[in-house]
Amino acid sequence: MTIKTYVSCWLLLAAFLVPCAFGADFKVALVLDKGGRDDKSFNSAAVRGATKAKDELKGLSLKIVEATDDNAFESLLRSFAQRDFDLIISVGVSQADAVKKVSARFSNKHFVIVDAVVEAPNVQSLIFQEHEGSFLVGAIAGTMTKTGKIGFIGGMDIPLIRRFELGYGAGAKHVNPKAKLISNFVGVTSDAWNNPAKAKELAVSQYGQGADIVFAAAGASNSGLFDAAEEQKKFAIGVDSNQNWIKPGYILTSMLKRIDKAVFDACSDDLKGGFNGGVKRFGLADQGVDFSVDEHNETILPREVRARAEKLKAEIVSGKIKVPDYYQKKK
Amino acid sequence: MTFLRSRIFRSLQPLLAVLIGLVIGLLITRLAGENPWHVLKILINSAFGSRYDIGMTLFYATPLILTGLAVAIPFQAGLFNIGAEGQLTLGALAAAAVGCVFPDIPWPLAPVLAVLAAFFVGGFWGFIPGWLHAKRGSHEVINTIMLNFIAAGIASWVTLYVLKNPESQNPETKAVGAGYLIHHFQSFGDAPLSSAFVLAVVAAILVSVFLWRTVLGFQLRAVGQGESAARTAGIDSGKMKIIAMFLAGGLAGLVGVGEVLGNAGRFRLGFSPEYGFIGIAVALLGKNRPAGVVAAALLFGALHKGTSDLDLETENVTRDLSLILQALIILSVSAVGLWDWFNKGRPMVNGGRT
Repeated sequence: MTIKTYVSCWLLLAAFLVPCAFGADFKVALVLDKGGRDDKSFNSAAVRGATKAKDELKGLSLKIVEATDDNAFESLLRSFAQRDFDLIISVGVSQADAVKKVSARFSNKHFVIVDAVVEAPNVQSLIFQEHEGSFLVGAIAGTMTKTGKIGFIGGMDIPLIRRFELGYGAGAKHVNPKAKLISNFVGVTSDAWNNPAKAKELAVSQYGQGADIVFAAAGASNSGLFDAAEEQKKFAIGVDSNQNWIKPGYILTSMLKRIDKAVFDACSDDLKGGFNGGVKRFGLADQGVDFSVDEHNETILPREVRARAEKLKAEIVSGKIKVPDYYQKKK
Repeated sequence: MTFLRSRIFRSLQPLLAVLIGLVIGLLITRLAGENPWHVLKILINSAFGSRYDIGMTLFYATPLILTGLAVAIPFQAGLFNIGAEGQLTLGALAAAAVGCVFPDIPWPLAPVLAVLAAFFVGGFWGFIPGWLHAKRGSHEVINTIMLNFIAAGIASWVTLYVLKNPESQNPETKAVGAGYLIHHFQSFGDAPLSSAFVLAVVAAILVSVFLWRTVLGFQLRAVGQGESAARTAGIDSGKMKIIAMFLAGGLAGLVGVGEVLGNAGRFRLGFSPEYGFIGIAVALLGKNRPAGVVAAALLFGALHKGTSDLDLETENVTRDLSLILQALIILSVSAVGLWDWFNKGRPMVNGGRT
């Protein structure tokens, strides 16, 4: 071995080791719920945001895990907190109890929870105004329906998803007072987020009852709706991520919930030392929720329908329209 | 062949099988690009590395001891209980219901009441297929499967419409009264390990005494070994089967004690990651003997806890791969029965002792 190869070997090794040793000193953990990282919807959005943070922010490393069962959340969070992770992001309402317990035990660590409120100084709760976004896609469905019947499929039957349903129905009724809403839920446990077969069954049944546009807020179960829409040549509306690409021509639009943006911001804020506990809300005004237009749906979503939805959006932001909120209704 | 038949080898068989399964599983992680030695260290460290980890391993083993017994006892009487999942669901629900409806009962009395409720409601759910089998001749496998669905439906309905916790988005009941809660053992960190574990081990000892030291237990086993012979000897086989299924259901119901009184403080829908079905594997692995069931449950608990950190600690072992690892170990241990097949020409149902 010549001196030259010897030296270059060491340099090569150093090139690999240096980033590990000095580069990544801010460690982020992302804990997904049962939908899993490839649900193309809710969890995928969080993964996208966190991955973007890893790629674009210097000195940030990322570990993504999926829970095997509802008992595993607490163990996973605890394992991360015990190690040298700085920021632990929990995705989904079913992790609320675990975050509450573990954040109290590890008060020097930072936690973020998506979709639920945990009141603790070291927990940031990311809440989205789902009813506002649902109102817009409801208005789009109400304008576009030919049968006067529209459908809604919720994942797990919890207040969060009822909030989608209420906003969606209100949006449809706002533009089309005679519109009729058919509504079903996939299930009552967290398995409902990952049961496309049941979602498809419900979608086929709703199309059979005369609905021609169905909106599903059901995580990984959404793919069942899209299959049904393609088979029946009807329209579907996606949720959370932009799902238009999954079945182009059958997905009218997607109600965006910019979890990716919120997760990215949480990472970048904390990296810069700007972590704040408490509730952060994302609505139409800051594009935290929205509806999607891209090359996959611009031909099926007429320009005037889009313009009308944009006008409604402005009216909601200015406070002219008040969208009913299931959370307020309950109290 | 004499060595293969020797007592020492017999008792080492399960250990050997665990090793074989582990080696195959680790080789697979090698294919996924991990260092098997590193994976093994994580596994052991995650299951036994700290007091908390040991506590969690025992916590996971607790329900498996009970569901393992709930499958083993009917096996001894010649029945196959696939209904432990439904029995434990209703047992846990009953414990939570008592705690929600009578929240003010003070400490020593309250847990006793909840334990009795869990035992008898679970037992009733086992009694139904036992009675149907004994009196009407309908097959217990089908009945227990169907009763699992009914139990899940009842649990959903009660949780969502009768005892719902209004403060949570998750499907769970209200909290039970403070007097019901069993305290965690202090020496295991924050692990939710409580005297429910002791209860499970005591249950295993009692079952062992019942099956091998009492007349009733002898009769029960006699029915399992040869029903017509037992009947000729004057044993009421129907009664034995009903007793076996009732006990099984009751023991499965006791899973609710650890979960409701010792862990969550309420009934949570879907709390069981199919403990009832894993119980079948536990019973088979433990050769349907209480001591074996306890050992098998501990192994399963350690595996469950051990693999839970693999996803977190490694780059390439995802949750699916860690399930494969678990399954391989279970598979190779279950294949121990093959030795008996080679040696005697038939599998041993009863661990060689009759």
